[in-house]
Amino acid sequence: MTEFLQQVVAGLASGSIYALLALAIVIIYRSTGVVNFAQGEMATFTTFIAWTLVDHGVGYWGAFALTLVIAFVGGIALERTIIRPVEGGPVITTVILTIGLFILLGGLSNWIWKAEVRAFPPDRPFPTSAWEIGGVAVSKQDAGILAITVVLVVALYALFQFTKLGLALRASALNPTASRLVGIRVGWMLALGWGLAAALGAVAGLFTAAASPPLDPNMMRPVLIYALAAAVLGGLESPIGAIIGGLTIGVVLNLVVTYDTHVHLDLDRMRIPIAFLAILIVLLVRPSGLLGRSAVRRV
Amino acid sequence: MSRLATVRAVVTILALAAGIVLMYFAPHSDRIGYIKGSQLGVYFIAILGLNIVTGYTGQISLGHGAFMAIGGYTTAILVSEHGVRDLWTIPIAALVAGAFGFVVGVPALRLSGLYLALATFGLALAMPAILSWDKLDAVTKGGHEIQLFNSPHLIGKGFEDVHFLGRTLPFNHAVYYLTWGIALVLLVVAWLILRGAPGRAFRAVRDSELAATSSGVHVATYKALAFAISAAYAGIAGSLFVIALAFADPQSFPATLSLTLLVGAAVAGLGSLWGVLAGAAFVQFLPDFAVHISKAQGVPDTVYGAALILIVLLLPTGVAGGLRRAVSPLTTRLYTRSQSQ
Amino acid sequence: MAPLLELTNVEARYGPVQALHGITLSVGEGEVVAVLGGNGAGKTTTLRAVSGLVSASGEVRFAGDRITGASTERVARAGIAHVPEGRGLFSELSVHENLRLGAFLRRNGFDESYERVRAHFPWLEDRRDQQAGTLSGGEQQMLAIARALMARPRLMLLDEPSLGLAPLVVREIFRILGELNEKEGLAVLVVEQNAKLALRSSSRAYVLEVGRVALEGPSSELAENESVRKAYLGY
Repeated sequence: MTEFLQQVVAGLASGSIYALLALAIVIIYRSTGVVNFAQGEMATFTTFIAWTLVDHGVGYWGAFALTLVIAFVGGIALERTIIRPVEGGPVITTVILTIGLFILLGGLSNWIWKAEVRAFPPDRPFPTSAWEIGGVAVSKQDAGILAITVVLVVALYALFQFTKLGLALRASALNPTASRLVGIRVGWMLALGWGLAAALGAVAGLFTAAASPPLDPNMMRPVLIYALAAAVLGGLESPIGAIIGGLTIGVVLNLVVTYDTHVHLDLDRMRIPIAFLAILIVLLVRPSGLLGRSAVRRV
Repeated sequence: MSRLATVRAVVTILALAAGIVLMYFAPHSDRIGYIKGSQLGVYFIAILGLNIVTGYTGQISLGHGAFMAIGGYTTAILVSEHGVRDLWTIPIAALVAGAFGFVVGVPALRLSGLYLALATFGLALAMPAILSWDKLDAVTKGGHEIQLFNSPHLIGKGFEDVHFLGRTLPFNHAVYYLTWGIALVLLVVAWLILRGAPGRAFRAVRDSELAATSSGVHVATYKALAFAISAAYAGIAGSLFVIALAFADPQSFPATLSLTLLVGAAVAGLGSLWGVLAGAAFVQFLPDFAVHISKAQGVPDTVYGAALILIVLLLPTGVAGGLRRAVSPLTTRLYTRSQSQ
Repeated sequence: MAPLLELTNVEARYGPVQALHGITLSVGEGEVVAVLGGNGAGKTTTLRAVSGLVSASGEVRFAGDRITGASTERVARAGIAHVPEGRGLFSELSVHENLRLGAFLRRNGFDESYERVRAHFPWLEDRRDQQAGTLSGGEQQMLAIARALMARPRLMLLDEPSLGLAPLVVREIFRILGELNEKEGLAVLVVEQNAKLALRSSSRAYVLEVGRVALEGPSSELAENESVRKAYLGY
């Protein structure tokens, strides 16, 4: 039983990384109907920027914060320059743009930083020890990741529910025309959404690098699939769904791999196919996901 | 037939004839050669498949590289483990890939929006792991290379001369003509589906959603069928690829192959047939040019990505659209002249 | 005195189809002006041209400033509140949130605007947390007008306020509009299919046909006009 709980906790920690990236995807999807396939590669790129900062002497947590800001600004800039020209056109066009970004950023990360082996962060930002709670070992790193995720999610929630800006963001996603009629600059709201998503992705990237060293340019590819599966599972428009989906997938994947030792199906390397299967099953059984609202069915 | 249609038909036939002539002479140039020419044909078929999906359903597939892998591995396993003659494996590869395409297409295509893109993206990223899974040993050799070189069931055993219709061809030439012969046939089929008379019924189902559903026909099934056909195309491409290489391994079908194909389709003009050659050529020869910028890893991808972004922003209808714009003043002039006569 | 809103030879198209063939009309400060016409006459398109929801050529001036081709947000900032066809509410948000959004442009003036709006629509307070999409048709229309008022506009563009509503409700809405116009000098440009009501509530009116102004003049005169009576008033 303790083994089970332990794996659940570990799964929650990795799940919160997927949840963060899924949340980023949902934020952009809600406001534009576009799935940003480049979300993972954007995260990788910003994580490498963080590495560069630390490499030049900036402290880890300082670099962490600075990277979030850079990601935020970068996301806004991306939206205003590359995405804006095709705003208002068919969704598929913008999606293809994000694919282009996926390829471009992946290539750039490889080109600029090359595939050297790097540990990032060089020294553990979280203490390596673990707490014991009722016989279950909870690593301080996992706890740290979970805690920071919770803080971020709560902060976002507060932003969206209690501030004027958050209301404008929500309104722009729900009804862009009506938003314009009350004077909201919808274009900038979209840009802000991209900025927030990029910042969330940056956190996901930093956590991924901390949780599974070494730092490599392809590290976010699996995370992206898990996040997409999480978003689809939770319902593409539902932020809460993204979080629940992410945590669920984290826990399930962890449990599947753990219990694989009994069935010997070598499932550790089959995690991405499992996530793909999850997507397919959700599409077959309940396409709008757990918490999605709109009817996505069309003949 | 109206004057415009006549003009169009003549232009098409001339272009096809020019294409056939080009096909015959091209490999003699140093740049291209028979091996690269075959590879070009492989990309041509795969991108053709991609454009069938987009042309028929309006959605994009991000997983055609995976269908290539399925087709390629079908051929590889059948030839090496089961002694099937390589040419016979091509239609089998098409069927297998098509079947998988149908399975993925059915749930995704009855939904609006991006679900096909999502599902196929997942498939593309999952494929390398699936190919390396040792539980699937029987069909993938668990990620180990499947060698076809020297196999008696492969054309020319992968290196010998081939005897055909009384002539002797080097292996490379044989593969080249095989590939492009099939490519031409598939091009005609694609045209029939998307624009030709036999495809009209097929397209009528797609267009008259209301009428179709009220008479109990599932539009989504037809769309999935179109997707299956396009997956079959990719399967054939993969099969030919493996035949040309005389081996198969997971590294030949990386996750990014699907995305590279999409770049080719975008260069061609999504859903078009005319620009596919340009798209295939772009994908095929870009790495050679990218090396001039820098030999570092990641450079080709950077250029692919930048190219895709620029195309979407500046030339969204791709080469086909550009061609159409260039040619239309001519056809319009001929058309209006025939009107005033 | 120059009119508050002035359209001169405004043309607009939806893709290849031209909807407006040169509309010239004006609304004076504190005036209620009606726009009548059958389906497809271009009434809604005229309002959309003012709000920048459709690309238009020609000249649109508001309080002397040229707003042709301005973005919708900028038009709103200039002091025009547009209640579109379909009401333009945020149906998933609450009544209160809709009103807050209406006051988006006012820096700190939510409470003040709210007080004034509440005076005209007292029931809003009781329903503040109700989801806007669950209100009745008449209530939604009134909420839409209330939301427009939150911005303290100088001009309100109203598109078919009576659509789908019971006569009693419609009368109430127009009564409130009249009040707003009298007490606060709100100028209104209202598009209406219900010609009788529109002519009764406005001082001037335009009749549009196929994207052009066919008739214009004081409402009382138009109400007596024979062709207007035959075509739109039914007698």
